[in-house]
Amino acid sequence: MAVSRRGFMAAAASAPVLMTVQEAMAQGVAPRRGGTLQMMLTPEPPVLQIGVNQQGPTLAAAPKIFQGLLTFSPTLEPQPVLAKSWTVSPDGKEYVFNLQENVKWHDGQPFTADDVVFSIMKFHMELSPRARAIFSLIETCEAKDPLTVRIVLKQAFQPFLLMFDATAAAIVAKHLFDGQDYRTAPAVQRLVGTGPFKFTEWQRGNFVRMDRNENYWKPGQPYLDTIIYRIIPDSQSRRLALESGQVLLSQASDIEPFDIPQLRQRPNLEVDTKGWEYFSPLSWIELNHRVKPLDDARVRRAMSMAIDRNFIVNRLWFGVGKPATGPVASTTRFFDANAKIAAFNVQQANALLDQAGYPRNAQGVRFTLKHIPLPYGEIWTRLSEYLRQAMRNVGIALELESTDAGSWARRVGNWEYETTINFVYQFGDPTLGVERTYVSTNIQKVTFTNTGGYANPQVDALFQQARAAAAAADRARAFSEVQKILVEDVPQIWLMELSFPTVYDKKVRNVITTGLGVSKSFDDVFIAG
Amino acid sequence: MSDFWRRFRRNRGAVVGLVILALVIAVAAFASLLFPGSPWDMATAPFVPPGEEGMLLGSDSLGRDVAAGIAHGARISLMVGAVSTAAALCIGVTLGAIAGYLGGVADDAVMRFTEFFQTIPSFVFAILLVAIFTPTIGSVVFAIAVVSWPPVARVVRAEFLSLRSREFVQAAEVLGKSRIAIVVTDILPNALSPIVVLSSLMVASAILLESALSFLGLGDPNLMTWGFLIGSGRSVIRLAWWMSVFPGLAIFLTVLALNLVGEGLSDALNPRLARQRGGAA
Repeated sequence: MAVSRRGFMAAAASAPVLMTVQEAMAQGVAPRRGGTLQMMLTPEPPVLQIGVNQQGPTLAAAPKIFQGLLTFSPTLEPQPVLAKSWTVSPDGKEYVFNLQENVKWHDGQPFTADDVVFSIMKFHMELSPRARAIFSLIETCEAKDPLTVRIVLKQAFQPFLLMFDATAAAIVAKHLFDGQDYRTAPAVQRLVGTGPFKFTEWQRGNFVRMDRNENYWKPGQPYLDTIIYRIIPDSQSRRLALESGQVLLSQASDIEPFDIPQLRQRPNLEVDTKGWEYFSPLSWIELNHRVKPLDDARVRRAMSMAIDRNFIVNRLWFGVGKPATGPVASTTRFFDANAKIAAFNVQQANALLDQAGYPRNAQGVRFTLKHIPLPYGEIWTRLSEYLRQAMRNVGIALELESTDAGSWARRVGNWEYETTINFVYQFGDPTLGVERTYVSTNIQKVTFTNTGGYANPQVDALFQQARAAAAAADRARAFSEVQKILVEDVPQIWLMELSFPTVYDKKVRNVITTGLGVSKSFDDVFIAG
Repeated sequence: MSDFWRRFRRNRGAVVGLVILALVIAVAAFASLLFPGSPWDMATAPFVPPGEEGMLLGSDSLGRDVAAGIAHGARISLMVGAVSTAAALCIGVTLGAIAGYLGGVADDAVMRFTEFFQTIPSFVFAILLVAIFTPTIGSVVFAIAVVSWPPVARVVRAEFLSLRSREFVQAAEVLGKSRIAIVVTDILPNALSPIVVLSSLMVASAILLESALSFLGLGDPNLMTWGFLIGSGRSVIRLAWWMSVFPGLAIFLTVLALNLVGEGLSDALNPRLARQRGGAA
C-alpha cells in the first residue's frame, strides 16, 4: 500500500515532465540532455529587456529568460506557465491566478505574487502602450498571498487572458526595478528572469549567449546546455550558415522567402510555417479615405477584385502564407469563414468602376493614385510593382514613391499618403488586433491606428458590443456581423496572411509547439543525438 | 571634317564602339516598336529561362520580359547619361572658365569650392542627394550632375590658363572685345576637344552611377532601368541567372562602347598624341 502510494506520488510529481516525454516519444525520440543550440537574431536589438524593447527580435529571444503567466496553444487556448491554474468569475470581471511554487529568479530571490502585481500595474503599464490600453481596465490587482494574484476588472473583457503571454506581459523582478527608471535600471543590461536560460554574455554585433538555469522550476528541464544567437546581418550569409549547419535554426525574417523553396528540398531541414497563430500578421493595401475616390466603397471593392491573391502568395512569397479572405486572419479567434471578399475578377472590377462613374480617358486611365511601397525589403517592392500592373488592368494608374522606413512610419502616422502597404499583428483576438484599424474612435495620427480614416457607425457599434460582451457566443455574433459588413465595404484591401517560416535542422525537436512559435521558453527543446 | 573622320577610323576599337553605341541607340529609339506595351507588364510565367515561351532573354520574378526591360531601360540609361552630362558640363565649364580666365582670387575661390566637392566620395554623395530628394528621375539626374562636374571644371580651367596668355587672346583684348565674348568666341572653341573627349567618358560613368543607384533601390520606382533589373535579379541569381546577367551585359557593352568612342575622339582631336601612342605601340 505504502509502496503503491509512493509510486502514485512520484507519478503525479513528474507529470509535467512526462507530458513532454510523451510528446517526444510520439516523434520517436526521448529528450536528450545537453548540447548547444545556435540560432540567429535579425536585426540585433538594442536591449533584450522585454518591455523596454518590444521589437520582433527581442520577443523571439527574451522569452528564454523571462516568462509570462500563461502561453497559448496553436488554437489560442491558454496554457499554464508561471500561473499553475486560474479561475474566471462567471461575470467575467474577476481573475484569480495561482502561481507555481518554488520558482526562483536567476539571482536566487524567490518569485512571488508581488512580482506579478508590480509587472502588471507598474512595469508594463508604464512601458507598453498595448498593455496600458488593456491593463487600464483593471480596478484592483492584489497579491492575496505570496502565490495568489487576484485581479478585478471594471468591466468584463473576454480577451483579457491573451495579455499574459511573455511577449505581451513578461513577469519581471520587482526587487530589481521598483523605484528606478525602468529603462535605465542596471537590470536592463544584466537580465534576470525566471526562465530556463540565464543571460550570460552579449558581444555586440557578434552573439548573445544564454546558459542553462540549473535551478529551473521544471525538474529536469531545460534540456539544452546553451543557446547562442548569432548576429549575421546579410541574408545570404544567414542562409549559408543554416545550410552549412553552423546554426541549427532560423526564425522570422532571417531567411528571404525566395530561398525557402530550395531549403525545403534539403533532406536535413524542416520548414515550418506554423507558430504565428497568436500574432497572425495580415497585410493589406492601406487606403487613405480622405483621398477621392477612395471614399467610394465601389471603387475599393473594384480594386480588391482586380488583385490575384494567389499570384501574390505563390509567385512573390513562394507559397509561404495564405490569401486573405477578410479583415480577420483565419488563425485569429472569431474568424468567420462565411464572410469573404469578392473573388478575383477583372471584368467585374472594370464594370463596377464604369458603373461608379469613373470612365477611362484616352490613355485608358480612370484616375491616378500615389502609392508608397513598404520599405521593408525587396519583396514588398515587388508586391507594389505587381499591384501597379493589376490596377492598370482596371484603368487605375498607381504611381510608386520610394521612402525609407522612418519616413514611411511618419507619413502613414500623419495621414500623408494616398495608398501604401501595411501589415499588422492581430494578437489572437479581433478586439486586440483588428478593431483598432476600423473604429472611428481610433482615428489618430499614430501608426497602426485607424490611419485610413474609415468611419461607419454600425461597425463602431458592433466592435463595441463585442468588446463589452462577457460571453464568447455574443462576441462571435457581433464579430461575424462586423466581418460581413467589412468585406462589403472593403475599408482596407486585405492581401495576405503572412507567416514567417521557421527553418531548423530535423534533429532539433519540439521547436514549434505553441501559437507563438519561436517566442517560447525553449525549456522543452532538445537536440536529438 | 573628313580629316577628323579619317583619324577616328584609324582607331579600330573606336569604330567598334561607335557601332555598338549606334545599336544601343537604335534599340532605345525603337523600344516601343520592338516591345509594345509597358516593360512592367507580366507577359508570361515567372522565371522562364531564355529562349523559352517566346522570351528571348527569359522572364523575371513577376513574369516580366527581361528583353523588353533592357530595351526600355536603354532609353532611361542613355537619357540619364546625356542629360546629367549636359548639366555637369554647364556647371563645370562655367566654373572652370571663370577660374581659368580670371585667375587670382576668383581662381582660388572656385578651385577651393571644386576641391570641396572632390573630397566627398562621389557615389556616397549621390546616394545622399537622392535619398534626401526622394528617388525620382529628376533627382537622380540632378545628383549625378552635382557629383560629376568637378573634373570638367579642372580640365577647363587648365585649358583656359594656357590659352588666355596666347597672342590671339591678347589681340582680342587689345581690340576691346568684352571678356564674355573673348571667353565664348575665342578661348572656348579652342578648349573644346578635351571637353568633348571628357564628356563621352562622363556619359559612361553617369550610366554606371545611375545603374548603381537603381541597383540599390534608389532609382525612380516608376521607370524600368538596367540597374533596377540587376538589383531585382541579384537576390534570385541562383534561381534565375539571366535576370542579372543580360542587363549587366547591356551596361558593360554600352559603357565599353562609350569609352572606346571617347578614345577614338581623343585620337582624332589630338593627332599628335595619337601618333605618339601609335609609335610607342
